[in-house]
Amino acid sequence: MSFITANWNPLGEAFYRKSELYEMSWNLKDGLRDCLVSAAPYGGPIALLREPHRRSPSSRPQLEIYSASGVSIASFPWKSGPVVHLGWTVNDELLCIQEDGSVLIYDLFGSFKRHFSMGQEVVQSQVLEAKVFHSPYGTGVAIVTGSSRFILATNIDDLKLRRLPEVPGLQGKPACWVVLNQDRQTKVLLSNGPELYILDNTSCTVVCPPGLGPQAGSIVHMSVSFSYKYLALFTDSGHLWTGPSHLQDKMSEVDTKKSTPPKQMVWCRRPKSQQPSVVLMWERLLMVVGVCQDTIQFPIEDQCVLVGELDGVRIISSTNQELLQEVPLVCQDIFKIASMAPGALLLEAHREYEKSSQKADEYLREIKEQSMLGEAVRQCVDAAGHEYDTNTQKSLMRAASFGKCFLTDFSPDPFVSTCRELRVLNAVREISIGLPLTHTQFKQLTLQVLIDRLVYRQFYPLAIEMCRYLKIPDYQGVSRVLKHWASCKVQQKDLSDEAIARSVCVKVGDSPGVSYSHIAAKAYECGRTELAIKLLDFEARSGEQVPLLLKMKRSQLALSKAVESGDTDLVYTVVTYLKNEMNRGDFFMTLRNQPVALSLYRQFCKLQETETLKDLYNQDDDHQELANYYVTASYREKRLENRLSLLQSAVDEYNKAKNEFSAKATEEEMRLLRFQCKLDDEKGAGLLELSLQATMEALLALGLHKQAEQLYKDFRVPDKRYWWLKLKSLAEKEEWEELEKFSKSKKSPIGYLAFVEVCMKSNNKYEAKKYVSKVAPEQRVKAHLAVSDLEGAVNAAIERKNESEMGAVLSRCSASDRLLIDRLNRARPSTAKK
Amino acid sequence: MAHSSRRDCPELPDFSLLKRLARDQLIYLLEQLPGKKDLFIEADLMSPLDRIANVSILKQHEVDKLYKVEYKPVVSTSDQLCFLIRPRIQTVKWICDVANADKAVGRFRRYKIIFTPQKFFACEAVLEEQGIFGEVTTDEWSFYLLPLDEDIISLELPEFFRDNFLAGDQRWVRTAGSALHLLHSLYGPFSKVYGIGRCSKMAYESWREQVEQGEQRAQQAEIGKVFLIDRDVDFVTPLCSQVVYEGLVDDIFRIKCGCVEFGPDVTSSDKSLKVMLNSQDKVFNEIRNEHFSNVFGFLSQKARNLQTAYDKRRVMDIKQMKTFVSEELKGLKQEHRLLSLHIGASESIMKKKTKQDFQELLKTEHSLLEGFEIRESISFLEEHISRQVSMMESLRLLCLLSITENGLLPKDYRSLKAQYLQSYGMDHLLTFANLKQLGLLVEQPTGETLTAMESKVGKLVNDKTAGKLTDAFSSLAKKSNFRALSRKLNLVPKSDEEYDLRVPRDMAYIFSGAYVPLSCKLVEQVLERDGWTGLEEVTRLLNGHEFAVTGSSGADSKSDAQRIILVMFLGGCTFSEISALRFLGRERGCKFIVVTTAITNSSRLIESLLGNRV
Repeated sequence: MSFITANWNPLGEAFYRKSELYEMSWNLKDGLRDCLVSAAPYGGPIALLREPHRRSPSSRPQLEIYSASGVSIASFPWKSGPVVHLGWTVNDELLCIQEDGSVLIYDLFGSFKRHFSMGQEVVQSQVLEAKVFHSPYGTGVAIVTGSSRFILATNIDDLKLRRLPEVPGLQGKPACWVVLNQDRQTKVLLSNGPELYILDNTSCTVVCPPGLGPQAGSIVHMSVSFSYKYLALFTDSGHLWTGPSHLQDKMSEVDTKKSTPPKQMVWCRRPKSQQPSVVLMWERLLMVVGVCQDTIQFPIEDQCVLVGELDGVRIISSTNQELLQEVPLVCQDIFKIASMAPGALLLEAHREYEKSSQKADEYLREIKEQSMLGEAVRQCVDAAGHEYDTNTQKSLMRAASFGKCFLTDFSPDPFVSTCRELRVLNAVREISIGLPLTHTQFKQLTLQVLIDRLVYRQFYPLAIEMCRYLKIPDYQGVSRVLKHWASCKVQQKDLSDEAIARSVCVKVGDSPGVSYSHIAAKAYECGRTELAIKLLDFEARSGEQVPLLLKMKRSQLALSKAVESGDTDLVYTVVTYLKNEMNRGDFFMTLRNQPVALSLYRQFCKLQETETLKDLYNQDDDHQELANYYVTASYREKRLENRLSLLQSAVDEYNKAKNEFSAKATEEEMRLLRFQCKLDDEKGAGLLELSLQATMEALLALGLHKQAEQLYKDFRVPDKRYWWLKLKSLAEKEEWEELEKFSKSKKSPIGYLAFVEVCMKSNNKYEAKKYVSKVAPEQRVKAHLAVSDLEGAVNAAIERKNESEMGAVLSRCSASDRLLIDRLNRARPSTAKK
Repeated sequence: MAHSSRRDCPELPDFSLLKRLARDQLIYLLEQLPGKKDLFIEADLMSPLDRIANVSILKQHEVDKLYKVEYKPVVSTSDQLCFLIRPRIQTVKWICDVANADKAVGRFRRYKIIFTPQKFFACEAVLEEQGIFGEVTTDEWSFYLLPLDEDIISLELPEFFRDNFLAGDQRWVRTAGSALHLLHSLYGPFSKVYGIGRCSKMAYESWREQVEQGEQRAQQAEIGKVFLIDRDVDFVTPLCSQVVYEGLVDDIFRIKCGCVEFGPDVTSSDKSLKVMLNSQDKVFNEIRNEHFSNVFGFLSQKARNLQTAYDKRRVMDIKQMKTFVSEELKGLKQEHRLLSLHIGASESIMKKKTKQDFQELLKTEHSLLEGFEIRESISFLEEHISRQVSMMESLRLLCLLSITENGLLPKDYRSLKAQYLQSYGMDHLLTFANLKQLGLLVEQPTGETLTAMESKVGKLVNDKTAGKLTDAFSSLAKKSNFRALSRKLNLVPKSDEEYDLRVPRDMAYIFSGAYVPLSCKLVEQVLERDGWTGLEEVTRLLNGHEFAVTGSSGADSKSDAQRIILVMFLGGCTFSEISALRFLGRERGCKFIVVTTAITNSSRLIESLLGNRV
């Protein structure tokens, strides 16, 4: 414990420490020599391609993928073209950039996913150098071609190639170059001879790092920090210039006294760094050059690879892996020799307490006197987060917990969450998992991404345990893991469909947010259609099943599922799909079994494709609807012949549908149409479109009584209707004589009260009176009243001896009709007696 | 005379929130198309839109000119056209024409279609077919619910009825489900959901699905119970003549979106006047639920009161006068204005409705409901048709006759139809086909066809495909069983007792004491029994599809919210039904909120089924 500072090296005001992360579990025969190596940041996987330039087909180079701890994940012979560069995407996918400009993408397990090309011209000119970079837009690729042109793709998932402007005077590849991310733009900084250029989308600008004198020589190596904020330039005279990457300032310039350019140069800093530095690596030497001009030198024995991280540099050699980082301030405070920081005192106090020494109290008292106990606890908790060694973590956390006991209102949250996070971090740092994340990196990466990474590596049980342990809502946690697991499970070729479906169902159950259709889609992608259908059965939301079923060409099933879902849009989607996929006959047959879909399609056809509608009815032998269709169509037709022929079709169909009534009605309509047309031609009567009744009315109005009569007979119009018609028509035209003649033509089927009323409507009391006597006795009172013949009404009422009629008459009598009233009153009891 | 409500009546939830939500979303959508733009609004969206956002709000969000969609070439000069429409293929086709016409003359404009309440795939398919899918942007304005009054919310989807019940097109079911979901998320959770009807059940399921997919929020319920009912469960009620004031006003003047236009004969001036009819109108609020025979008495009483209030000023000193003018006069004037309007309206109604023929019409209706003197009713109908009294009324009576009598005798069926066709033209052949399909006007099955049908039903039992049932629906001719239902539920009170319309004793008062509306009776019975137990026979007669589900929230049954009951009519409801429910609420000390796909009445119902519309 007291040796914590043993691996600390002072650099300026700060300390740097190099601590071992793993003894690599790989067994590399030839070390890292002659290898193309790429290790992803955030403790990502390592890809290794041996002797990439060996081209003989008999012995292909081997591509190996390891976890950060050196556990082999995949290994396979490289069969494709020569590889220039390897890189990792943010999703843990391996990018292999080939000489011909094609980029092959593999997943962690070495299975090929897809490829893309950096452009046609590259095939000719070839890739000289390539770099993979990360930006807020995703993972990008930059290459420099044999014709000295730079080509960029900012996001490989949304591929847009950009060819940067030419660099004047550049032959072959530049001495060195980096990709910068500034002002939401991706730029390339390159050095060619004495000049330094910035290339952006449109221009190539010469820049000059401030304070770098011409005596420093030309730049032969450069490096940009993890955050793209800082730049380090190494000149051929051994000077190292550092400054912000916008090149408007200088931080420092150090003479390394080395004449050869370093093999690798990486920034080493941490957020809120006190003393940022650049790590340079030569064949046998690792040099940490601080901005403060101080340096630390480490000898190295083996070939190494430096991996820049957010808060340090990982050094991977063939035997072990170390983390070089600036010691966090809080750790310095606590562990610095003779530190009097509250945290240090608390740690000491706890140590004494464990020894049951009363000194514990002294230390505590000292902290409390400065009322720094809260700060002390906080320091211990923070420091624990930054420590890699579990024992150190424990002692710090215990000290914090001890200190906490003496505080009354101290929020336990940071303590608890640090405990939890440390447990998670320790778990993933295990050599078998191999994710050497620091606490700072973890915070930056977020838990969600960490879970994703575990899932990519297929550490499903650990991921689930973690989700449960950290109490992440199922929707974001366990369910997501299960979804990945199931997607992976369905790809296992050695298991039967049945077994996979069962095991998926058992595990996934009804976990919220796991979509069986998603899993089934995966299964289908792997060519397991049967399994996909089995899995789809578990999908509760039938709507989700439909798109996949369509893709699998199970259109019938898709249609019934769509109907089940009750989502008409979905039904319609399937219907449209079927319409294009199937021949018409099959399509109609399919619809026929799905009335919901059918009526939906009918609605659509009614508005869009009336012809199809006809075919639909035809197919179904739905004569009734077909006939209705013809009738509707006839109204859209202007020409008489067409109209008649459509109506004739309607008649035929009505007959087939055994709807005699409609058939007859339609036939009559045809007759009426012909009749109307004839009269329109002859007399210009304007009858077309009128109903039978209206036609007769019009005829009567025109005085065409004979024709009206003809219609009345031909169409067997009920007597009552005809009489009403004629009555009204004559009265309207005030042809009273004609009316009288008509009334006498035969006994009126509508009685004669109607005559009285109609005459009165025309205000002709004289004519009205003529008919009163003819009115049937039971209506006679009404008739008398209608012509305001009170006396007649009284007489009729008394004659009929009808109480209610007398009442009705009485109500019409005014006070001046005393006589009548008396008569009525006298008559009333007589009826009452009966 | 207005009924005093029980003192413990719960307060209704505040539905203006719905308006605010809709407005905010509309503004958001308009801002998605920055810059000046012309807005084209579907004709039947004009009034609802007006309730949500008036012209000045639209102008504030850079709407330059407003047009009504008229299916004509556009004259707009704007470079951006925004269309606010219902998801109808016809309208979308018109927009395609507009865009293609612009293309033909090389004019570049931006087009944006806002579908409300949602878009349908079929509409997008049309855009694609016409080749302008890429050139228009589409959006959805999820404006599902328009509060027409404090207890009436409308989806303003009159086509729901025809599409769903006649064409069997279920695309609006999801809309209904979404509307319910919206209400649930704002005013729920509901403790109990009852319903009857196929469409209700589907809407319920659609809603459940949406609830399960979304996130649950724990909140204090404001609405306790929900009752869903299909319009085709009860066709009798909307087919009857309305005699309650609000219903009468709707029947005669047509209330549109809570607003009515009174013609010159009512306003007794030369202008017609648009009036909002809702509970804000103090006079209207007191008479809307009254039987028409009481309205005049009430209005004259009110006029007298008003006079007394005016008269007060005669004995006032200056100071009193001052307060009178500043405080009371405005209210009195307002009341005065409203009073004279409603008196005018009542007079106009009186003129039309107290005529002999209307009385006879009512008499016929009542005897149809009671099932007496059917022959007389038929001859009344015949005369009605042959004298061409009214195209719609005749159809309405025909339907009423058919439903109450479980279909017409074949002889009557044919002769009445033939006469109708002679009177109003052949195109009504299609109307009759529609009415038959809905079971509104059918032939009584003869023995022979009955057995054929039975065998069909037998087959259906074996063939469980849900879809086939729909097809069989029309062939089953949906026996209405009105007579049996009427006996079971006691819908027609004994006619020998005198019914005092001034003191209603049950919901029958809305039909002059002749008939208790079936729909409302079902609501009453189910709420009373807390489910369908004991009503098995009734549901069997109604073709089933009933359900009663207890919600997950164990809300205590004592809270006020449990006495707020939401009744959702799928396919429309009438003002009479709303009045009946208000009456029921007063009797039971609860409050009903009516949600409907649209306000309907007999003429709207029949109009939607006319066959001569394409």
